[in-house]
Amino acid sequence: MTAALALRAPQLMTTPPLLTMTGVSRRYSDVVALDDVSAMVYPGEVLGIVGESGSGKSTLLRMMNLEDTPDAGDYRLALPGLPGNLFELDRFARRMLCATRIGIVYQNPHLGLLMKNSSSGNVAERLLIAGERSFAALRGRAREALNASEFPLERMDARPIELSGGMQQRVQLAKAIALEPALLLLDEPTTGLDVSVQALVLDTLKRLQRDRAITMVIVSHDLGVIRTMADRVMVMRRGRVVEQGLADQIFQDPQHDYTQQLVHAKL
Amino acid sequence: MIPVLQVENLAKHFQMHHLGQRLHAFDGINFTLHAGEFLLLRGPNGVGKSTLLRTLYRSYLPRAGHMWYHTTEGRIDLAVAADVDIALLRRREIGFVTQFLIARPRVAAEDIVAEPLRRAGIPAAEATEEARRWLAEFGVKRDLWRAYPTTFSGGEQQKVNLARALILPQRLLLLDEPTASLDAGARAALIRRLADLKAAGVAMIGVFHHPGDVAGLIDREIELTAQEVPEDVAV
Amino acid sequence: MTIATLTKPWQAFSYGFLDASAKRELRRKMLKAIAVPGCQMPYASREVPMARGWGTGGLQVTLTLLKPSSVVKVIDQGADDSVNAASIRSFLSKVSGAAETWDTLAATLIQSRHRIPEERLRADQVLVLQVPNPEPLRPVEPNMSVARQMHADADYGRLWLILYEQIVRSGRIMQGASYPALVNGRHVMTPSPIPRWDLPKLHMAQHLTFLSAGREKRLYAVPPFTRVEPLVFSDVPYKVEDHAALTCHRSGVAGYFMNEIPQDGGGSVFELSDSHLGIKAIRRRDGEDVALGATWYENGKMPR
Repeated sequence: MTAALALRAPQLMTTPPLLTMTGVSRRYSDVVALDDVSAMVYPGEVLGIVGESGSGKSTLLRMMNLEDTPDAGDYRLALPGLPGNLFELDRFARRMLCATRIGIVYQNPHLGLLMKNSSSGNVAERLLIAGERSFAALRGRAREALNASEFPLERMDARPIELSGGMQQRVQLAKAIALEPALLLLDEPTTGLDVSVQALVLDTLKRLQRDRAITMVIVSHDLGVIRTMADRVMVMRRGRVVEQGLADQIFQDPQHDYTQQLVHAKL
Repeated sequence: MIPVLQVENLAKHFQMHHLGQRLHAFDGINFTLHAGEFLLLRGPNGVGKSTLLRTLYRSYLPRAGHMWYHTTEGRIDLAVAADVDIALLRRREIGFVTQFLIARPRVAAEDIVAEPLRRAGIPAAEATEEARRWLAEFGVKRDLWRAYPTTFSGGEQQKVNLARALILPQRLLLLDEPTASLDAGARAALIRRLADLKAAGVAMIGVFHHPGDVAGLIDREIELTAQEVPEDVAV
Repeated sequence: MTIATLTKPWQAFSYGFLDASAKRELRRKMLKAIAVPGCQMPYASREVPMARGWGTGGLQVTLTLLKPSSVVKVIDQGADDSVNAASIRSFLSKVSGAAETWDTLAATLIQSRHRIPEERLRADQVLVLQVPNPEPLRPVEPNMSVARQMHADADYGRLWLILYEQIVRSGRIMQGASYPALVNGRHVMTPSPIPRWDLPKLHMAQHLTFLSAGREKRLYAVPPFTRVEPLVFSDVPYKVEDHAALTCHRSGVAGYFMNEIPQDGGGSVFELSDSHLGIKAIRRRDGEDVALGATWYENGKMPR
């Protein structure tokens, strides 16, 4: 019943989903990372993806960021000028799409940041890729994005390598939102941070989501993070989606054996 | 007259995989609710009253039956509706009032209360003014309006929660013991508000510790009979 | 008839030192480089009797272009008389029979390190610049395969990031030499370590410029009348070195790129970096009938 429920076509929701992924499979030699995964994200919605390590949740997020191409599957974003399967885009189109319409925050800031550049420069880089060539505008927009991610502006020219983990995540976030992306991807954005710092970063994300209604996909093995952030939740295991539903339903009335184990383990 | 909600043969149990058991909650629930009607759920503790409310809100998935909800765009079965449709209805038409506030850090009380109005497109100044009116009505002290409710006492949080839940008239309101542990003034304000909403056509289904509080509002009652029901499974 | 009549007389080395196949490969790559201005062309850098890093890239291009009627000038940081310049120049004339000169106006082929002459080059002259590092993206992308993709995609945003960081850290653009420039609106090149002062000389110039890196095995070209635009922010204009007001203490000429010569006592004087222009100016001042060519800069300004 659960699976059928998740895939039932919406009756009242007339806005089409922003993100539609259908039948995505990916295998790395003999390891199945994703097995026929489908997902939809509606505009303004936060989709949480949970699962243990190796469940394929991060691989799925990387697919959404077009960092990898699956063996099979279709991926669409309902954005002007992007008609077909995004997995078929060439390298250049992918790069431009990722730079301008998709923001990503990685668990490891070394993946997302130029550690030896200034923090504001990291944000400016995105704007430069999008073609901004005015120094004053770069500076102003970098300041704006850093401010929106609640980064202390007096440190905007410090190198990320000199910053704490929480601050590095804020720089990543500022970089990700600088171009007001249609889709924000968060890969374990608070894993590895102190609990108190984690709460502050989540708080910032929550605030951004409220103020800007950004569509987000957040991947975490931490159910607390997902519960705080997500409207809907997808539970993954061994490359498959085992259950999905409204966040409160997943946490209060999990259907699948595995989801029940996860939820009980958390409590 | 088209009802707001028609519940047919609704049943719920919990499949507890780790115990290898099914825990029965209720079955064979039937009722029809029209605009402006107030339905009271009665029964001893642990009988499944809250479970039924949460099932109607789709925090719990029903096992069988239908929950036909009538919208201007036709009827939709809440039992099997797409998650995004449920989310949409929760934003626009179906409210759930509990005694527990989902407090969010660093949002002022008046902003929490004003949020449903803001989402409905009402300008900020107007929404804030209305929010303040309701905070005052429920007896939240003026110097707390700009403060963050995360630090409030339970009673004050509950008042903020009620003001937020009731500020915007919805079509269907699910009330899960909203009067529990309220002081007399706030309780009176709540009952006044419920009466106004009922008069305005809001349909309500409620669970109350002391049904006497809302005696004047009740149109019908459903008595749930005791069965082996875990009240708050997996919460 | 004997075998001897059918063969050329024995020579110690081929004309122009490089063997015919090496020169043919270089010529092909040079033609390609002209066809795609600013785009780096890989070539099989040959051994020449000089250590890599001393101008072997420039030397191979020059050797390929040499003919007996060539007149060669070799510039080392503006000077014709440094050991390096003199050695390369005499090597060139020895292997080709070409004439040597110090005079920009007389030269047909100019090989240079770090400078472009102050006198305007003509359509019948070719400039060869020695390049230590041909990849403008190296500071932002250490992986050369990725850098090549970035060139293919004209993905140059990060180069502005270097300039951004310089302004943020120092309040101004600190890039003194090798200032990256967009060629023909398509490829970004590094113009070799010429000062900012010299870069505008390449824009819509009448002469052909080759840039060649022997160690890195890459050559590229700026054909005549090709746009060469330094990368700038729209609100931070390109600035050349502040040399317009300096006067050469030997020739009395002002308005060109100068070398600073520290003096005892902490002060400094300046002299023309383009040393032969200085020599000609001094001779003319002393009454000789010496022609000074038209210069790119006039009164310290680049007319546009």
